[in-house]
Amino acid sequence: MDFTLSKEHEMARTLFRDFAQNEVKPLAQEVDETEEFPKETVEKMKKLGFLGIPIPKEYGGQGCDSLTYAMCVEELAKVCGTTSVIVSAHTSLGAEPIRKFGTEEQKQKYLVPLANGTKLGAFGLTEPGAGTDAAGQQTKAVLDGDEYIINGSKIFITNGKEADIYVIFAMTDKSKGTKGISAFIIEKGTPGFTFGTKEKKMGIRGSATYELIFTDCRIPKENLLGKEGKGFGIAMTTLDGGRIGIASQALGLAAGALETTIAYVKERKQFGRSIAKFQNTQFQLADMATKVEAARALVYRAAIAKDTQKRYSVEAAMAKLYAAEVAMEVTTKAVQLHGGYGYTREYDVERMMRDAKITEIYEGTSEVQRMVISGSLL
Amino acid sequence: MKIIVCIKQVPDTNEVKLDPVTGTLIRDGVPSIINPDDKAGLEAALSLKDSLGAEVSVITMGPPQADAVLREAMAMGADNAYLVTDRAFGGADTLATSTTLAAALRKMEYDLIITGRQAIDGDTAQVGPQISEHLDIPNVSYAEDIKVEGNTVIVKRQYEDRYHTVKVQMPCLVTALGEMNTPRYMTPGGINDAYKVKKVTVWGRSDLEVADGEIGLKGSPTKVAQSFPKSVKPAGQKVTLDADEAADYIIEKLKEKYVL
Repeated sequence: MDFTLSKEHEMARTLFRDFAQNEVKPLAQEVDETEEFPKETVEKMKKLGFLGIPIPKEYGGQGCDSLTYAMCVEELAKVCGTTSVIVSAHTSLGAEPIRKFGTEEQKQKYLVPLANGTKLGAFGLTEPGAGTDAAGQQTKAVLDGDEYIINGSKIFITNGKEADIYVIFAMTDKSKGTKGISAFIIEKGTPGFTFGTKEKKMGIRGSATYELIFTDCRIPKENLLGKEGKGFGIAMTTLDGGRIGIASQALGLAAGALETTIAYVKERKQFGRSIAKFQNTQFQLADMATKVEAARALVYRAAIAKDTQKRYSVEAAMAKLYAAEVAMEVTTKAVQLHGGYGYTREYDVERMMRDAKITEIYEGTSEVQRMVISGSLL
Repeated sequence: MKIIVCIKQVPDTNEVKLDPVTGTLIRDGVPSIINPDDKAGLEAALSLKDSLGAEVSVITMGPPQADAVLREAMAMGADNAYLVTDRAFGGADTLATSTTLAAALRKMEYDLIITGRQAIDGDTAQVGPQISEHLDIPNVSYAEDIKVEGNTVIVKRQYEDRYHTVKVQMPCLVTALGEMNTPRYMTPGGINDAYKVKKVTVWGRSDLEVADGEIGLKGSPTKVAQSFPKSVKPAGQKVTLDADEAADYIIEKLKEKYVL
């Protein structure tokens, strides 16, 4: 068993870190404050291939492994939770199901532009009445000749309105329960596909979170992703991969808050010396660093498992559960160590703490992760 | 067009810390980087490749771990990489280094050779021009812009108070200033290729036609009498004033320092 990163992974980390520090960090506060989608950053990431890291080269991607992708999301999240989730939702939720379940025609038409970044992707599963209970889908798809007619709505959709290509789920046969759910690829601009309200969120405020509304939205029959009735499996498989992306985001938020706090406690003076000299500070940092490292081990293991194992649901669930809870704990401690300053928007840790909370909720709550993990034990 | 860029692996001086007791540089754990002037030269070569089409090769002389900067250059877009490494080349001054590199370059085809102006760990600015002497090709140093037109290279050569535009026939050598451009980032796929698809050609002592007395410590007439770290200037003070106030302010400050 070898825990050392290969030279190419080290080099990739250097790249992601340099990009994050130079291009993303300077905008993070503004993106949070204005709640504006960072279009220019996304354009830069497109040029560098960050939007297709784990997608094979023959489909316009970078042909890297899942660990490289996880490290990209991690390094982005260290400085900006918003930017990291844009990449994660696009790659893991938008592009990946088409890579895994799409036909060759669908891959050429949709995966190639997603992988080379000319188009942005999103994923629509959650509905007002179907969150953790994803099987309770109300959106319907009815086959009419060569077209499916979609009716219903999706909420809390990351990259909503900004994305060009959406993988969405709808009931094709309600009587069959989860076996009546099918997956579809829908393009922005399709008549009958509109956007509802933009969510005002606690954190990741620059990421666009929208409601998707389908009103007699007709899409070609060819846009069925996978077979009819196989949508639930596609959604669950996609979320296994997505959880690695969010676990990486959580890891990055925690690691970023730790780095920021280490720098701060060396500068901040109280009682005539830097607060880094106090044992409370030292012990808090020791605990934070240990948990970040443990989270990193789980996240990297899950990323490697995705490329080497047929099933990796449990590894992904453990990584996301632990990394998300560590993100919340470490960012909260980071604010505490910053004292009053940490509670202000002048300091990054305030934003990081707000950004961290969502990692315990989206792409399967911590409770869902516990269900997945315990399900494998009993 | 075939372009060769000579690069050097150097310690990242931004990351070098001074030992507070001895005042010497702490090099342990300092990351290694492509020398900034060389990286600008590489960017210039890659830009020419993008606009005109070119085959870009990178070469370095150094210890085996200098492989890392060649991989980085390939991850940015260089096509081929050559590592000149052998214990026999160790301890080389600029003359022995340029002699060794020239011997390697004679084995290669080139229209344009680009080197950085100077390395941040040595600051000599000698190796580039020396290589051009060994190869008997023209050299233009201190380039802040490089253009190619037909068989000629047009270089904007920087001086302290002016610049010259120099037109030079290929094959030639140009030394690049770090300020000439902002080097591109690597790409994830480029990194993957640099390690898994592309190869680094390694040349040792026996691969080069060069006399024993001209390489390594033996071939190095330079004797270092003393080395010292650059003194660090404190951050300046910035004030925004209109012209008249600024003049008064400057005079006042110069008087304070007894310059006036």
